[in-house]
Parts: sequence; structure tokens; C-alpha cells
Amino acid sequence: MDLKRIRALSKKEFIQIGRDARSLALALFIPMLLLILFGYALTLDVDNVPLAIWNQDNSQLSADFILNFKNSKYFKIIGYFNNYAELQDLIEKNKAMMAMVIPKDFSKFIQSNQKAPVQVLVDGSDSNTATIAIGYVDSVVLRYNVDFMIDAFSKIGVKNPMPIDLRQRIWFNPDLKSKNFIIPGLIAVIMMVISALLTSLTVAREWERGTMEQLISTPVTSGELITGKFLPYFIIGFVDLLIAVGMAQFIYDVPLRGSIILLFILSGVFLTGALMLGIFISIVAKNQHLAIQFAVLATFLPAFLLSGFMYAISNMPKAIQVITHIVPARYFIVILKGIYLKGVGIRVLWLQSLLLFLFALIMILLANKKFKKKVA
Amino acid sequence: MFERIRSILFKEFRQIFRDPRMRTVIFVAPVIQMLVFGYAATTDVRNIPTAVYDLDNTRESRDVIREFSYSKYFNIKYYIHDDKTQKDYIDKFLVDAVIRFNHGFAKDLDGGKTAQVQLIVDGTDSNTAALILSYANKIIERYSFGLLESRNNISLKRIAGFPGVDLRMRAWFNENLESRNFYIPGVIALIVTLISLLLTAMAIVKEKEIGTIEQLIVSPIKPFELILGKLTPFAIIAIMDVIFVTLIGVLWFRIPIRGDPLLLLGATAIYLLTSLGIGLFISTISATQQEAMMSTFLFFFPANLLSGFMFPIDNMPRLIQYITYINPLRYYLVILRGIFLKGSGINILWPQMLALLVIGATVIMMSSLRFHKRLG
Repeated sequence: MDLKRIRALSKKEFIQIGRDARSLALALFIPMLLLILFGYALTLDVDNVPLAIWNQDNSQLSADFILNFKNSKYFKIIGYFNNYAELQDLIEKNKAMMAMVIPKDFSKFIQSNQKAPVQVLVDGSDSNTATIAIGYVDSVVLRYNVDFMIDAFSKIGVKNPMPIDLRQRIWFNPDLKSKNFIIPGLIAVIMMVISALLTSLTVAREWERGTMEQLISTPVTSGELITGKFLPYFIIGFVDLLIAVGMAQFIYDVPLRGSIILLFILSGVFLTGALMLGIFISIVAKNQHLAIQFAVLATFLPAFLLSGFMYAISNMPKAIQVITHIVPARYFIVILKGIYLKGVGIRVLWLQSLLLFLFALIMILLANKKFKKKVA
Repeated sequence: MFERIRSILFKEFRQIFRDPRMRTVIFVAPVIQMLVFGYAATTDVRNIPTAVYDLDNTRESRDVIREFSYSKYFNIKYYIHDDKTQKDYIDKFLVDAVIRFNHGFAKDLDGGKTAQVQLIVDGTDSNTAALILSYANKIIERYSFGLLESRNNISLKRIAGFPGVDLRMRAWFNENLESRNFYIPGVIALIVTLISLLLTAMAIVKEKEIGTIEQLIVSPIKPFELILGKLTPFAIIAIMDVIFVTLIGVLWFRIPIRGDPLLLLGATAIYLLTSLGIGLFISTISATQQEAMMSTFLFFFPANLLSGFMFPIDNMPRLIQYITYINPLRYYLVILRGIFLKGSGINILWPQMLALLVIGATVIMMSSLRFHKRLG
């Protein structure tokens, strides 16, 4: 390895990147855009569930019951209607997510110490939101019923009618803000996608334009060539990382409870692996169009889907769970969530860190091996 | 004229299919994406990895544990015996929840007091945590009521019961709230968008980059014939991909398709106007394939995230909600989910169709004009 030659190659790569100023700007802008969107616009927190009500009873008792929903921030009552066709129409047109039908003799049931049947219709097509919304309805109704029960028991002198009380303690994210887990996870996805997008074209472009032959005829070795190509993108990728960490810290107040040094070191390792994967794809594909498709397939989808970023791995079928073990973003996300939210260090994260090192190493070796063959 | 369009069309097909790897990318990649997505993209929370920390170790505590292990939601993986292990297992993401009984649980329960069960939840993934809480509450509540009834048999009779609400929940369109039914129509939209955008943008820029576009310009072909000849193959490929992935969704994943499949194809054709138009537009503003790819992702990421695919539009801030009105993907998703899950027809979906038609016509006209000028 000759440092001077590596420097010259890096410089050339930088000039080329600089000439294509728009791509560079995009490489820095896309992560920011994603962070802004995720930080401000996108949330999995469910509130303001649009609720349509058909109150057939129209009594003080039923109005009191509805008040429980009115006062909850989880529901937004969009109006009162008086037939099924209207409710159905609202749900079909996505104007209401839930519809509640209170029966004609609601107050009669309550006054005679009976359970009044209340019907709730849910649009199940968004199963995730529906499940959470159903949970909200359940808990409103439970509270309503328990109040009656405590009342009844206190009349005969029983103070604590509930035999068991569930004490909840939520660790690490007590307000259950989805932002706090999405943003650290997003850093991993951005790193993976951007680095693969950046490098997957770099070698293929040289082949396509015929400049690769020129490079081969110089005394540059393949190791030097790969290093020279790797360094500039590593710098760009690291700038992306700094932007992301800075935004998480200063704009979104995501708590960073662990060591920031460890965060940067392990991110560097992950970045190296991801960039080398991109270079490897580029070497194999030799054609920009194809390289991009491969890069999307090998990085974007796995990093998004199989990494535990949005979808919990423990919910996946066994076979898919096995596959997730070869997705490096999976380990990086555990590291990021661990450092950010749990404040844990290398003592807990050693296995994931080791696997990231291994990933980087394998990618470096693979890229070198494939490239040698092509030069020869 | 048709002669010339036909020859461009043939040339384009030949170019795409010359490379066997490209054929793979176009037809195999969507299938793989669909399979992975179908299996991995599930937000149904089941099999929550759980640890039990039972300091009481009595028949009563074991009865409660049994209630948890019988439910499909909790998967009791470990029995732990000290605080250090509890923290360690949560830190290492080995368990998402710990059910803990302190000394005296059975004593309290048998003595008629309210006995406490502690539930420690890892809040890192806020959505999963919220669901874990609601499932646990439901289990405890049911068990508690059961105990209450058997224990206070006499007193219940004395107070002649108490009133309350009996909730009758019904989910429409997706009775079992399977998240797969919600995501798979969205995946179809994503695959079509990505394929049509990338293919169009890259193919035209490639001709620019290699310089063959000049040859086309000097030929007697008219610009609009050129556009038609270039876009038609991609439209055909995209439609074929839609048919492929829809078949996988319906036959393999058993997603219900309650509406008219022909309407699905028609809507797709309208939608392709927009995505091909945007691809064409990107090709007019990009000089290199790298730029084209970056611009594609600059459009694709926000379009995807602001479409309601994963993040409900209702939860977004007002301003962002208005922005989503110009997002074609938003309308296409409503149409797809409407046709698949709700069995909606054109009488319900016409506003979305119309919106797509307007956006599509505008985009394709603007980019054709721009393309035209670039050539001239």
C-alpha cells in the first residue's frame, strides 16, 4: 500500500464527487429530509381516532357515558348520526375509524343493574391503528364499569374489591413516544442506504465509461484503488452521521444515555462495512443500472424490514428470523437503541459489536478478492 | 408513425432484456420483495418474549403466570431470580417484559386485600410496549373478575350485581386484524412505483450519458413518438409486475381481493401515468445516472413515508396533511386497499381516480414539454 497513491486516488474521487455537486448535496440532504419527516410528521402514536356515534338512547346516562370518550385525547368525535347506512358510509370513505352504537334502552339497563350492550364497529383495514384504538375503548369502558363496581361494593362495606392490581413500570421510554425509538433506528437505515447508494455506482461508472482500463494500466494495486475510493465516501458518510446525531440531540431531544464515543466508533465500523458492500456490488455488477437495483435489494429492504427497525423480529416466522441474522443493520440497531435509550456500554453490546467488525472485515476481503480477478 | 414507435419499442425491449441479470432484477426482485415483505412486515404483537420473576413462589402466583402463558401474546422464556438478571435481560433485548411477584402476593390475595403484580416493560419500542400493557391489563382484569366472582359469591348476591357496559366489538374488512392484509396492498404500490421510476429515469439518462440520445434526435422520429416508445415498455413491465405480485399476495398470502381485479388494473394504468411522468421528469433534470438515482430517492422516500403506507395520515400535523394531497401514492394506496379489503367500486373510489388522472396528466404533460425542449 502506497499512501501517496491512495491520496492521489482519493483526491481524484473527491474532484469527481465535487463536479457532480447535486449528487453530493442530495447525499447530505436526503438524510436530513428523512429525519425531519420522521421527527415531525410521522408518528405511530395513535390519538384523535375519528369516532362516529349513534346514540339511540339520548338520556343523561348515555350522554355521561359518551363524555368519557369526549374527554379522552385518544378520540375525536366527528358527529352524531342516526342510522347504520350513514355509519357504514363514513367508515368506507375513511372519514371515521370507529363507530359506536348506544342502544335505545341504555339507561334502562343501567338503572336495573344490568350490562348495557354497546356496539363498536372498527375499520380493521389498518390493523395496527385498529388494535391500539380497540385497546383505548376497552380501557375507557373498563374504567366506567369498575366505578360502578366499586360503588356497589362500598355500599356493603367492601373497600378493595379488586383482588389483583397490575402495577406497570415502563423503562427507558416512560411516555412511550415512538420518536424515541424511530430516530435511533433511522440512523442505521440512513447509514446503510446512503452508503450503499453512494458507492454502488463508483466502480461500475468507471467500467461503463471506460476509465477503468486506464486505472488498471497504472501501477496502482487493487487494494490501493479500493482504499482510495473508500475514503472520500467514508468522510461523506460520517458527515451524514454527524448530522443525524446532531439533529437527534438538538432538535428532537432523543435521550442519549450512553457513551457518544462508543456510538461514533461502532458507527464507523458499520459505515465501513456498508460502504464496502456498496463497492463490492459495484465491482460485481459492472453496470450502473444493475448496481443500483442490487444495492436497493441488498440494503434498502433488509435495513428497513429485517432489522427490527419498524417490525419486531420476534413476531416474524422462524425462517425469516434466521435470515435476519445476516442483516448487519439488525446488530447496529440493537447497538443504537442500547446506547441511546438504555445507556448500556460495550459490556452488554460486545456480541453485536463483534459481529459488526466481522461484517466489515468480510466485506473488505470480498471486495478485494473480486476486484483482483477482474483486473487480471 | 406507428412504424417508428414500434421500432423504438422493440429497441427498448431488446435493450432491457439483453442482460440476463436485468431480466432477473425486473421479474425476480419484485417477487422476492413481496415474499420478504409479506412475511416480515407484521405489527401483530404475539409471542412477546417475557421473563417471570417470582419472589412469592406460591400456588396463587403460579396461577397468574399460567394465565399469561396460556395467552398467545406472552411467551415466557425465562424464570429469573435476582434484580441483576432482570436488568441484564432487558438491556440485552432478550425479553420485552418481566412479570414480577413480590413476597406476600398470596398472603394479600387470600387475606382479601388487593395484591400487586408488577409488570416491567421495555418502552424502547413504544408501540409494542403499549400493546403489551393493554394485553397484560386484559389478562389480569379477566382473572381478577373471575376471582371476585368465586370469592364473593355471597356478597355479590347481596348487592344484586352492578350495572355497566358490555362491549360488542366488531372489526370490519379485516376481521382478525391481520396486519398482513393492511401492508400487502401497500407493498404492491411500492414495488410498482420503484420499478417504474427507476427504469424510466435511468434508461433515458443512460442514453444521454453514452451519447446515443443524439443519434435518436437526428433520426426522423418525433419527440412525442420517442416518449411514447420509451415509456410504453416500462408501463408494460410495471403492469406485469403488478399482476405477479398481486397473484402472490392473493394465492400465497391469502389476502382477500373483494373488489374488481379489472378496476385494479385500470387504476394501476392511471397511476403509472404519474410515476412514469415523474421518471421522465427526473431524466430531464439529471445528467448522470448517479444524479438520476439520487433524485429518484429524493422523491421516493417522502412519497412513500407520506402516503399512509405505514404512518397514518390522520396523525400527521395539519400542514403535512395538506402536502400529502399532491402525493399520487396516497391515492393509489387508498384505491388498492379499497379494492382489496373493502371491495369498494368506482362509485366510492372515483375521487381518488380523478385525482390520479389530474396529477398524471399534468406531470406527463409538463415533463414531455421539458423533454421536448431539451432535445431541441
